[in-house]
Amino acid sequence: MLTVATGNKAVAVAVKQAKPVVVAIYPITPQTEIVEQIAEYVSRGELPARYIDVESEHSAMAACIGASITGVRTFTATSSHGLLYMHEMTNWAAGARLPIVMANVNRAIGPGWNIWAEHTDAMQERDTGWLQVFASTVQEAYDTTLMAFRIAEDNDVLLPVMVNLDGFLLSHDTQPLDTVEPGDFIPPLHLPHAVDPEHPMGYGALTGPDEYFKFRWDIERSMRDSCRVIEATEKEFFQRFGRAYGFTEDYRCDDADVIVVSMGTLGKEAEVAVDALRTEGIKAGSMRLRWFRPFPPLDFSGRDVVVIDRDYAFGSGGVLAQSIRAKNRINVFSVIAGLGGQEVTYDDIAGFVKNRQIGNEYWFGVGNHV
Amino acid sequence: MFEIRIHSRGGQGGVTAARIIALAAIRDGKYATAFPFYGAERRGAPVVSFVRIDDKPVKVYSRIRQPDLVFVLDTGVMDTVDVLHGLKPEGTVVTNSAHRHDFTGFKSYNIDLTGIALKEDLVVAGGPILDTAVVGVLAKLGIITIESARKAIAEMFTDERDIKAADDAFREMVV
Repeated sequence: MLTVATGNKAVAVAVKQAKPVVVAIYPITPQTEIVEQIAEYVSRGELPARYIDVESEHSAMAACIGASITGVRTFTATSSHGLLYMHEMTNWAAGARLPIVMANVNRAIGPGWNIWAEHTDAMQERDTGWLQVFASTVQEAYDTTLMAFRIAEDNDVLLPVMVNLDGFLLSHDTQPLDTVEPGDFIPPLHLPHAVDPEHPMGYGALTGPDEYFKFRWDIERSMRDSCRVIEATEKEFFQRFGRAYGFTEDYRCDDADVIVVSMGTLGKEAEVAVDALRTEGIKAGSMRLRWFRPFPPLDFSGRDVVVIDRDYAFGSGGVLAQSIRAKNRINVFSVIAGLGGQEVTYDDIAGFVKNRQIGNEYWFGVGNHV
Repeated sequence: MFEIRIHSRGGQGGVTAARIIALAAIRDGKYATAFPFYGAERRGAPVVSFVRIDDKPVKVYSRIRQPDLVFVLDTGVMDTVDVLHGLKPEGTVVTNSAHRHDFTGFKSYNIDLTGIALKEDLVVAGGPILDTAVVGVLAKLGIITIESARKAIAEMFTDERDIKAADDAFREMVV
């Protein structure tokens, strides 16, 4: 059914349809609307879930872990400092192979205190074993949340999935939303290592180096296998509901001389920049990275690459730029832009492309190449 | 693409008005997005919200710089906010006021939406709620159809007075 919704509302609607058994969330701006909406669904009886009021994000993730290990579907949502506060537990969720789905509304990290969009919160979770996907529209946030449950719970994955959406830019943007009837798109969860009182097992016991090492490799093996599961899930989503996404959204890349790589809403703004550049005779394209973990192979075929990072790893560089340099063994023009919700317009992005200096790093609004 | 900027105070319904307009445009078969600029807003503080309407999907997320239409729900904000900033030449300004405000170089309209809200008893926490009346005005200006405006309001609210306020504004708006 076609209606309108904010990004937050779209996530909540998808969660309601995915029918988690346990939801444990702590509110934080700009994610709070997800909490409010799900609490309302539960109180009205539209979502027959156990809603756990928790005293912190650490407890929210701990509660999800405790619930998930019994083999039931779980969901939580957070942002920024909330995500950082649950960091110990996000590692535990992945290590314990629990298919928890979490929405993270990307927000800058203080100080200075800032509630607006930035990806550094998610980037600080990149090595935890969570799959990470970034949405760019309300529709995509909804579709991706539905797919996230199925991907996380696939027996070849069994890893948690983090669905990211830009704070305010997407979380509070009202856009068209075409909801679907998921039917059996998300099959019942069968967690092979669920707690079973009939067959007692030990959990969280001390693990020696040999076994520990195998566990780590097993996470990586599943992370690699998840590529196939993501592809299959997205394919079936397309067959059932008619919308296709993929690891990247490529816009006018085929004949492009220069490709802009970005994540989230910047990727849509970049498409407008590409159209403007093309009218000036500059053959630009946009590659919006959707799945950051697992990081997919990207094909640039020798074209110039401009990477926009809405994040930064101090002393090292933009995280997306670093990943592309390392994986593709190429030099890029690394633009750091949009931190703390800084406005980045399509004109600005067109400017990055026109003034690119491959091999350099440029801080937008600071003005100097580094 | 048609771009609207709404200046209001927190609690007046400016943000909600933007959402209803977007839904009405979608019911007209168009594409639309609506978004507020959030700072540390609270009731009574100046708030800005935006609507974009287009025949193709809206991909722009940056704020509207050159609106086609500016709607001022509280003329008091004009003391501190330049509501005409970036407004396109020959663009439209609508003020919620019983008195005419002439803005040189722009099409100027005024309508007493507060009076309509009070007449329909659309008051929350002591303040009139203007959102659906704004939608009626935009229908009269031809930006959305009144049929879609009514549909959108009915989808978002159950109170008949909300549709009546839109109809009142549609009827009383002089273009």
